[in-house]
Amino acid sequence: MAAVIPDQLHDHHHGPTGLMRWITTTNHKDIGTMYMIFSFVMFLAGGVMALTIRAELFQPGLQVVEPELFNQLTTLHGLVMVFGAIMPAFVGFANWMIPMMIGASDMAFARMNNWSFWLLPPAAILLIASFFVPGGATAAGWTLYPPLSIQMGMGMDMAIFAIHIMGISSIMGAINIVVTVLNMRAPGMTMMKMPLFCWTWLITAYLLIAVMPVLAGAVTMLLTDRHFGTSFFNAAGGGDPVLYQHIFWFFGHPEVYIMILPAFGIVSQIIPAFARKPLFGYASMVYATASIAILSFVVWAHHMFTTGMPLAGQLFFMYATLLIAVPTGVKVFNWVATMWRGSMTFETPMLWATGFIFVFTMGGFTGLICAIAPIDIQIHDTYYVVAHFHYVLVAGSLFSLYAGAYYWLPKWTGRMPDERIGKLHFWASLIFFNITFFPMHFLGLAGMPRRVPDYALQFADFNMLASIGAFGFGLSQLIFLWVVIKAARGGGEKAPARSWEGAEGLEWTVPSPAPHHTFEEAPVVK
Amino acid sequence: MSLAGRLAGSVVLFLAIPSAFAQSRYNFQEPVTSVAEQIYSLHTLMLIICLVIFVGVFGVMFWSIFKHRRSRGAVAANFHENTTVEVLWTIIPVFILVGMAWPATKTIIDMKDTSDPDMTIKVTGYQWKWGYDYLHGEGEGIAFVSNLATPRAQIQGQEEKGEHYLVEVDNPMVVPVGKKVRLLVTANDVIHSWWVPAFGVKQDAIPGFIRDTWFRAEQEGIYRGVCAELCGRDHAFMPIEVHVVSADEYSAWVEGLRLASVAQAEADDREWNQSDLIARGEQVYAATCVACHQAEGGGVPPAFPALDGSALVAGEHGPLVDIVLNGKTGTAMAAFAAQLSDVEVAAVLTYLRNSWGNNVGDMIAPEEVAAARGV
Repeated sequence: MAAVIPDQLHDHHHGPTGLMRWITTTNHKDIGTMYMIFSFVMFLAGGVMALTIRAELFQPGLQVVEPELFNQLTTLHGLVMVFGAIMPAFVGFANWMIPMMIGASDMAFARMNNWSFWLLPPAAILLIASFFVPGGATAAGWTLYPPLSIQMGMGMDMAIFAIHIMGISSIMGAINIVVTVLNMRAPGMTMMKMPLFCWTWLITAYLLIAVMPVLAGAVTMLLTDRHFGTSFFNAAGGGDPVLYQHIFWFFGHPEVYIMILPAFGIVSQIIPAFARKPLFGYASMVYATASIAILSFVVWAHHMFTTGMPLAGQLFFMYATLLIAVPTGVKVFNWVATMWRGSMTFETPMLWATGFIFVFTMGGFTGLICAIAPIDIQIHDTYYVVAHFHYVLVAGSLFSLYAGAYYWLPKWTGRMPDERIGKLHFWASLIFFNITFFPMHFLGLAGMPRRVPDYALQFADFNMLASIGAFGFGLSQLIFLWVVIKAARGGGEKAPARSWEGAEGLEWTVPSPAPHHTFEEAPVVK
Repeated sequence: MSLAGRLAGSVVLFLAIPSAFAQSRYNFQEPVTSVAEQIYSLHTLMLIICLVIFVGVFGVMFWSIFKHRRSRGAVAANFHENTTVEVLWTIIPVFILVGMAWPATKTIIDMKDTSDPDMTIKVTGYQWKWGYDYLHGEGEGIAFVSNLATPRAQIQGQEEKGEHYLVEVDNPMVVPVGKKVRLLVTANDVIHSWWVPAFGVKQDAIPGFIRDTWFRAEQEGIYRGVCAELCGRDHAFMPIEVHVVSADEYSAWVEGLRLASVAQAEADDREWNQSDLIARGEQVYAATCVACHQAEGGGVPPAFPALDGSALVAGEHGPLVDIVLNGKTGTAMAAFAAQLSDVEVAAVLTYLRNSWGNNVGDMIAPEEVAAARGV
C-alpha cells in the first residue's frame, strides 16, 4: 500500500540501504509498510482467483475451469484472503499507527517484529506454489474438513505448513502488540484515554494468542492423520470427523472477530474526526468490544448446526450467538450517535467509514438470521452464507481498511489522497459490491449450494449479475493503487501535520510524512 | 400461536399469493412439510424485525448525514456520553432477541423429534451419488443407488441443457404422502449433506456415524435437492430427487421393484459368456465408475488412476476383484461390495479387461466374485 520513499527519510536513517534495508529493518513504520504492500499483493492474487470463480459461474455448464481446479480456487481464495490479505493488513495498520497513537518510539520487540513479517512471504509462496505441484492445491475448502482433506495431494501438506508459519507470525505480532500497548504508553496516556483503535487491537491480540495455537493443533492432527497413521478424524480408527469441525470453529469464530474488531477501531477513529465531535460512549465501546471477544469463545458450533447436534447443543449455541447482536448493536448505535448533531464533511475516509456502517450492518442482520438455528438449517452451505460473510468481510473489514488507508495516507506519504479519484474508488466499490453480493442472498434462499462450479438453470440470471458485479468490483480496486502510487511519488497536495481538520490524537502532532523515528522522547498526555 | 407467529403467518400468506406454487426466485422454496413451513414463517418474521430496525437506525443516520453537515451550517454539539441511553439500547435489543428465540426454540424441538416414524430409510452419501436403503415400513428391503441423470454432454455444453439440468436422477427416492419418514443419514467416504429445501431438511452425512432427521411431506409432487457439503470433485453433480406419491402409487412402486428384482435375479442366474458380460459391464461402468475413471478410462491422475493400460486391471483376478469389493484405504476408491451384485462386479471387470487398449481376452465369472465375497 503506502510506500515511503527512502530518499525522504535519508536524513533520519542510518543503516543498510536498498533491499537490505527492508530485510533488516526493525523500524515499525518500515515493517508496517511491508505488511501493507504484502497484503495488497495477496489481495490481488486472491482477487484473481475470485474472478476466475465468477467467470466459471457466469453461465451454467463447465466453461472456464474443470471442477478440480474450481475447488482449488475456492479453497485458496479463502485462505489467501483471510491469512494473506485481511489479517496482515490490520497488522500493518497496528505497526504503523499504535506506537504513534500511544506516544511510543517503536514496537516493544523490534527484531521479533521483523521476523513476524518475514515469515509471511515464504508462507505465501507455499500457498501459491501448491497450484503447480502434482494434484494441485488443496481443494477441501478453506475450512479443510476431513476426511476430504485427507484425500488431497501434497498441496494439502503445503497449505498445512503455510498455516503453521502464518500462525507463528500472527502470534508473535500479537504478543508484540500486547506488550507495546500495556507497557509503552506515554506518561498520562491511561488505558481509558487510549484511542479506540489501540483498544480493539489489544483485545484482538489476545484473541490471536488464544486461538492460533488451536488452529495449529487442528492442522497438525490432519497432518498426522494423513501421514503418520493416527485416526483423530477417522471413524474406522476410533476418531470422529466432527471433532475437527469443533476444533476448527473454536479457532474459526474468534478468527471472524480478529478480522472485524480492528475494523471497528479504525471506524471509531474516523467518524469523530469528520463529525468534529468526540466519540459517543467511549467506555461502552470498550466494554462492547471486550464482550464480543469473550462471547466469541462460546458460539463456535453455530457453524455446525447441520452436523446433527443434540437439542440442548443447538439451543445453547443459538442463544449465545444471538447475544452477540447486543454489543454489536451498541457499537452501531454509538457511531450513529457520534454523527448526530455533528458538523460533518464527507472526505473519502468518511465516505468509506459511513459506507462501512451501512453495509456492514446489513451483514449483521443476515448474521442474526443465520443465528436462528432452524433457518440456518436451510441456508447453511448456500450462497446466503456466502453473501453474509462477504458483507461482513468485504464491506466490513476491507471497507474499513480503505477508510483507514485514506485517513492515514497523508501521515504515511506526506501527501493528501486525491479526493476525486478516492471518491470514484468508493462509489464504484460500493455499487459493484452490492451488485455482486446482494443477489447471492436470493440464490441461497432459493436453494443454490456454495462451492459448486455448476448449477441448475433457475439460478442463471442472478449468477450472471453477480459475475458482472464481481468484475466491476475487481477492476475498481486498481483505482486504489493509482491513489497510493500518486501520493507515494509526491503527487498531490502537501499534507500538514494535522491532515484532517477534526482529527484528534498523538499521530497528528508529528509532521507529515511521519519522520523515520517519532516520539524518541515520550510526549506527555494531559 | 404467538402474536409474532400470527403476524409472520399473515405476511407469509400475503407474500405467497403472487408466487403460489411457483418456484420462488427471491425466497425459500414453497414448503411442503410443517417444519419447512415454520422455517419459512420464522424467516419472514426475522426479515420484518430486521427491516424495522434497519429503517429506524438508518433513518436516523441518513437524517443526520443530510442535516448535520457542515455545508448546511451545522455546528458540532459536544455531548459524548449518556448512561441512560446506553443502558436502554442494551436492554431493548435483549427483549427483541427473546422474541426471536422463542418461536425458533419451538421449531428446533419439533425438528429434533424423530419418534414414532411410519417408515425409516437409510441415506448413504457416496462420492458422488446417494444410496437409499428402506429399512422399515412398507417397502422394507428396497435398496438402490441414485445417480445424476443429466448427460455429461449437457454439462460440457455440447447439448442443449434440459429443464431439470443437474437436479434430476436415475432412481429417485419415492415416499408416500402424509407419512412420517425417518432418515438415518451416513456416508461412505467423506462428509456429504442431504438437503431437500421444500422439506426443511438438511442433515450432514458423516462417515462412520449415523444421524437422524425426519420429514412428513403433505403434498404429492417431485421435490429436488442437492448435496450441500463440499465432498470433492463432483460435489455439484450428486442431486437428490424425491417423489412424494399417494399411498396406492407407493404400493404399486414397491410391488414393481419387487417384480423387477425377481426378474433380474432370474436373468442373472444363468451361464454367462464373455460378450454378454462385456455388454452388461458397459452399463455398470457408465452408472458407477465413469464419474471418476472417465469415459475413455483415462481417469484423472493422481486422484483417480487410469484404467486404460493399468497393470492392475490386466493382472491377476484376485486383487482386481478385491479392490472393487473392498475399496482401497487412503484413496478415493470406495468399497462396492454392498452396491454391486456378483454379476455386476464380474461384468464390469470383464468389460474393463477387454476395452480401450486393454486386451486380456478372458472373462471373470460371477462365481469368482461370489467366492471372493465369502472370504
